[in-house]
Amino acid sequence: MAESDTLRGQLIEEETVITLEDLCRHCTVQVEEVVTMVREGLIDPADGRPGAESVGHWRFHISSVRRVRTAVRLQRDLGVNLPGAALALELLDRIAELQRRN
Amino acid sequence: MEYKDYYKIMGVKRDATQDEIRRAYRKLARKYHPDVSKEADAEAKFKELGEANEVLKDPEKRAAYDQLGSQWKAGQEFRPPPDWQGGFEFRDFGGGDFGGRPGAGDFSDFFESLFGGAGRRAAGARTARDFRMRGEDHHARVVIGLEDSYTGASRSITLQMPEVDSQGRARARPRTLNVRIPKGIRQGQQIRLSGQGGAGFGGGEAGDLYLDVEFDPQGRYRVEGSDVYVDLPVAPWEAALGATVQVPTPAGAVDLKIPPHSQAGKKLRLKGRGIPARQPGDLYVVLQIVLPPADSEKHRRAYEEMKKAFAFNPRAGQKT
Repeated sequence: MAESDTLRGQLIEEETVITLEDLCRHCTVQVEEVVTMVREGLIDPADGRPGAESVGHWRFHISSVRRVRTAVRLQRDLGVNLPGAALALELLDRIAELQRRN
Repeated sequence: MEYKDYYKIMGVKRDATQDEIRRAYRKLARKYHPDVSKEADAEAKFKELGEANEVLKDPEKRAAYDQLGSQWKAGQEFRPPPDWQGGFEFRDFGGGDFGGRPGAGDFSDFFESLFGGAGRRAAGARTARDFRMRGEDHHARVVIGLEDSYTGASRSITLQMPEVDSQGRARARPRTLNVRIPKGIRQGQQIRLSGQGGAGFGGGEAGDLYLDVEFDPQGRYRVEGSDVYVDLPVAPWEAALGATVQVPTPAGAVDLKIPPHSQAGKKLRLKGRGIPARQPGDLYVVLQIVLPPADSEKHRRAYEEMKKAFAFNPRAGQKT
């Protein structure tokens, strides 16, 4: 394939911070679902203010997109509830960490 | 098209109860779910499983499928019988969204021929004339070798893009993109390709495609942020006396000087030879001392000589 056919994307750094609306759009979820996930401790707002009074100002690290999407899939496909999905995510993180270290 | 044996995929008998089917699905779904599975073909298996479950969990669809009879074998060439009632009214069903492939159009031709695209018309059907909507963002995973991050690389990736045809039926269409992986990319970073996601409705703009970049975990390197670690096996005398040895790095082999008196686990830093960036990471070479086996008289004598020469107790500092 010719070089001209090659797509060049925009690189998104891990430090990138997105708004609540962006997160909802990327993950196709409603604001309420994100609020529940923050309450469950599945994701944390980037500025460390998980209190409900600041929902409108919430910002999230781009890594939250993957966590939310995985949690949505686990709930939908495996029939686990949100705390169950949160537990699975934490265990998956731990496995990844162990594999990195071995 | 090929006949699919949904009972076999699910690992249940043809007369299994709905409860047994549910149980079998849950067990297999946990095993093959692409988010948790370590199986090589998890994604394909999970997709197949989802389709089997879609049919067997629903008594109506299951009854329709059973009508085909039990004489069919998986993979056998299949045509729906001429008296097949194509017009079953089936409820909505969703599917997985792995590899940038959101639910619609996700089932096999076999499934489509039996149950049609019914229920998946939702996306097309709600498109009113004056209704504009931006297309969905899609996500896909791309696995690259660490070397690709040092040099940059091109990757061609194939995605199953759902499309809605003129009859409002959803179909998956494979689409291949050639994508430039920029030099210096790190694990967990994303590449955004504007306008390469789902098509918009009613003239709305297309969504974006996000590529989640991951390093192939099978390689010899370990990566932490921009720093890279590699194990280097050395002989005891190389570690004790010092030596110059060749070390593999993702950018090619380099000569490395091992200082005398090095112990196992010692880290030697090659500054700036980690993942390239404005602030490049470092490459750490971790020494692993490998003992030659005492497998001949001569070798055993050499160890005996060492024992006499050193009077060495490696556990001297340990509490008993």
